[in-house]
Amino acid sequence: MPADPALRMLRAGVLALTCLAGAALAADEAVPIGEDPALEARVLDLSHKLRCLVCQNQSVAESNAPLALDMRSQVREQLAAGKSEQEVVDFLVARFGDFVVFKPPFRASTLLLWLGPGVLLVVGLGGLAWRLRRRMAEAPPAPLDEAERARARALLAEPPATHSPEEPRS
Amino acid sequence: MKAKFLVPLALFLLLAGFLAYGLKLNPREVPSPLVDKPAPAFRVAQLQSPEASFALEDMRGKVWLLNVWASWCVSCRAEHPVLLELKQRGVVPVVGLNYKDTVPDALGYLAQHGNPFATIGVDPQGAVGFEYGVYGTPETFLIDANGVIRYKHIGPLTRDTLDKVLLPKIAELSRAG
Repeated sequence: MPADPALRMLRAGVLALTCLAGAALAADEAVPIGEDPALEARVLDLSHKLRCLVCQNQSVAESNAPLALDMRSQVREQLAAGKSEQEVVDFLVARFGDFVVFKPPFRASTLLLWLGPGVLLVVGLGGLAWRLRRRMAEAPPAPLDEAERARARALLAEPPATHSPEEPRS
Repeated sequence: MKAKFLVPLALFLLLAGFLAYGLKLNPREVPSPLVDKPAPAFRVAQLQSPEASFALEDMRGKVWLLNVWASWCVSCRAEHPVLLELKQRGVVPVVGLNYKDTVPDALGYLAQHGNPFATIGVDPQGAVGFEYGVYGTPETFLIDANGVIRYKHIGPLTRDTLDKVLLPKIAELSRAG
């Protein structure tokens, strides 16, 4: 271990810089924090619910595409102007379509999307219940009589070699 | 119930059909809510003469195309010959909207590749593009004589889309107007 205090200082400095660089890289993904932290929190919250149309499955909050930057600044401007979250979403949907929201609206054209899984579940459970009930309604097989039991026992007692002649003798 | 074994096969074919259909869809083409709505009004400076302006109202009474392009846009280069051909044929005026670009870059691009546009407006911040829901250049809007958007094409125009989609629509709109 080098005991040189100057070297130790240098090492501490490099370590601190590395940590800072990490923080700076992480900050690249976030919205630049404006003057009002409460507003920024609302902007970020809403941006997470919006889809960036350029990188499609990234949210507007996570994307660094120029369009996502534009959308974030629009969201910030409009929220700052006192508009509600719903008004901002409506504004964006009017320009970019329903695709811009991750949670699609509930209406006639999205009925299958919203209700489809539930319908499939009900159909599946119904089918299963129907089959189980039909199986229960079937008469149980008659118990074996004494002659059948004797035959079964004889079959089970037979040496396996006669049934598998291919098997190598060991 | 002899055909019972066909049920899973039928289900598989149904699923395969859905998946095959899904493969052919282009996820980049998001239907625009602006189709059949009045085009958002705007007034911007012209590229070649910054003191003059271009506004949506200037085109009232005409069927025209609004093409959103930029010198940095690679796909725009792909559709450029189609736009030049459109100009040569003189079917409809094509107005360019130079999107998030700089004037020297845009002028250089036109000098190099030729100018297919009747007029060009500049939208350096992409503010007009935002109103039109532009999310990727090139995008082309077909606007009728009443200023209503009739069709939006996302991505480079090809001769195929021109002949099969745009020109028939333009002919129909011109007859109606």
